[in-house]
Amino acid sequence: MPETTTYAKALNTALAGLLAGDERVFLMGEDVGVYGGAFGVSDGLLDRFGEDRVRDTPISEDAIVGAGVGAALTGMLPIVEIQFSDFVVNAMDPLINQAAKLHFMYGGRANVPLVIRAPGGGGTGAAAQHSQSLEAWFAHIPGLKVVLPATVQDAHDLLIAAVRDPNPVVFLEHKLLYKTEGHFEATDDVENPVAKIGESRVIRHGSDLTIAAYSIMTIRALQAAEQLADDGIDVEVIDLRTVRPLDIGPVRESVMKTGRLVVAHEAPIPVGVGAEVVAGVVESNALDYLLAPVRRVGAMDVPMPYAKDLEQAVIPQTGDIVDAVKEVIKS
Amino acid sequence: MPRRDPSTPEGAVESLRLMWTIRRFEEAVEELFDRGQLHGTMHLSIGQEAVAEGVAAALETGDMITSTHRGHGHTLAHGADPATMLAELLARETGYCRGRGGSMHIADVAGGNLGANGIVAGSMTIAAGAALAERMKGGDRVTVCFFGDGAANEGSFHEAINLAAIWDLAVVFVCENNQYGMSMASDKGTAGGSVAKRADAYGIPGSQVDGNDVVSVFETTLEMVRRAREGEGPSLIEALTYRYRGHSKSDRNLYRTQTEIDDWRNLRDPLDRFEGSLLESGGVETGTIDKIRGEVRESIRDAVTEAFAAPPTTVADLEGAAYA
Ligand SMILES: Cc1ncc(C[n+]2csc(CCOP(=O)(O)OP(=O)(O)O)c2C)c(N)n1
Ligand SMILES: [Mg+2]
Repeated sequence: MPETTTYAKALNTALAGLLAGDERVFLMGEDVGVYGGAFGVSDGLLDRFGEDRVRDTPISEDAIVGAGVGAALTGMLPIVEIQFSDFVVNAMDPLINQAAKLHFMYGGRANVPLVIRAPGGGGTGAAAQHSQSLEAWFAHIPGLKVVLPATVQDAHDLLIAAVRDPNPVVFLEHKLLYKTEGHFEATDDVENPVAKIGESRVIRHGSDLTIAAYSIMTIRALQAAEQLADDGIDVEVIDLRTVRPLDIGPVRESVMKTGRLVVAHEAPIPVGVGAEVVAGVVESNALDYLLAPVRRVGAMDVPMPYAKDLEQAVIPQTGDIVDAVKEVIKS
Repeated sequence: MPRRDPSTPEGAVESLRLMWTIRRFEEAVEELFDRGQLHGTMHLSIGQEAVAEGVAAALETGDMITSTHRGHGHTLAHGADPATMLAELLARETGYCRGRGGSMHIADVAGGNLGANGIVAGSMTIAAGAALAERMKGGDRVTVCFFGDGAANEGSFHEAINLAAIWDLAVVFVCENNQYGMSMASDKGTAGGSVAKRADAYGIPGSQVDGNDVVSVFETTLEMVRRAREGEGPSLIEALTYRYRGHSKSDRNLYRTQTEIDDWRNLRDPLDRFEGSLLESGGVETGTIDKIRGEVRESIRDAVTEAFAAPPTTVADLEGAAYA
């Protein structure tokens, strides 16, 4: 029966299902055991699955990801947690030079089915080293997949898909989404994921303008769409869900219908995923359907400040999407 | 000459004042947070005051420190102004970082505080670099690198100490072993039995001290600072202490017992012990101690008032602020 739960609990349910369903799966990271993870995502899993499979590590990100690569290369399905996505930076060698390369470099004869879960994003007052949205870094690397669920159901379904994927997957959760509630149906079948990595999806139909977004910006785009509806503007929202591989098809189709595009992400705009989405649209004949210049919505181009008012100003909010949409409609 | 010598009566009064300042400052911060007047999170060092003060007292004006996410104590002992720190925490334009850094990033580079750090072990190689620059500039300033027991298991710990050792850099690495890195017990997460022992591998002096005894921290640091200043190279001090509060505001303390916390607080508190030994040796009288406590309470209260009255941060000049 469908019910509702939180994003954090949906992840927890997926982890429990995966741990129960496949003995190759294990969870490893800082404070994932008795603490339950810094954001409570692994709450209760230590009691159920024991220290071996819900494994607390020292504060050693390089070793956490590197050991994950080694274990994945040799037949396990590790899910490693990096406490804040900012600290994946401390593990860039195992992620970028190792995990992403091995399958190709070894002639396709080896796989690294590793999942790196990490919370990203701002809005918690944690300042510049604990608030970043680094997805574009990871998405730039051939060999990595980058997943950013926006909804409660996707948090669950895409995590299962990530673990089942034979490639290294960076799975970025948004800190402000953990407590959000949404429709949820758990599946017992963790062998056959219902979601597919690399599929974007129209989550609100509309005819005047297309917003493409992911992670928390999908939620903000939906809020913006509601507000805009009051002004008679009918917005279509596409949740990209994964930024590598990027499924541009639905965005092109939508633009061919609406003729207008806004792309929204929480990361700063320069060299970001937004540029990739726009390029993906204008490289196709969807270009001919554009009625107005496209707009990207993203963070102000500075590190995240601590002060609440500054932080709110830097992070793109629902209102910023509304403004961008109105400008595009006007032009 | 060290700034203050807590083993002398005059120095002891100053050190005690600083330790109380740290404690009262952090209690005030905690209260502000609980009342919803502070944004974000915080890491309190209540119970660890003797490490910050014992180390900072042994430095000279001009010496440098690098600090951690749990840095209020280091920062205050190194001479920071409580009102300016509170202004930072309350997101005021007059704060040390103009409200952009917050609790975890207080810095005063010109004043020799190269910064607290949100990245565990993030400051360790920076400390080595500062000491390298000092050497290249022909100066004799010493850099103290504070870090936690948890940080000793980051790769940077090893890279920083190795570099400092091969180049004889004037760094004193001070490990504040408060028994836990978040929920990970130090003895469970650290191979080899102690952080101090790791010094052997790099051929530098390593010593473990009672981190709740301000005088022993001071004396050990003084010697390590002397050798660093005289070109004899880096060293590693491991100060054993305890954090009373949770790791941060979201900690449910599931990984330790209340008895353990109470034992440290009731039997080994650094302020109780210091005051006890001062009274016992007759170096300081009860009246003096009461006076210090009263003055500190008032000065922190004034600092809070001053910080609240300061102008808030402004969004206006953020654009372009990432670049010099
Ligand atoms: C590179 C990195 N990994 C993890 C964290 C999250 N984190 C912040 S403090 C902390 C514990 C640090 O322990 P320790 O070094 O002993 O310092 P303490 O908190 O005990 O003062 C952790 C895991 C971080 N900030 N940076
Ligand atoms: Mg510690």
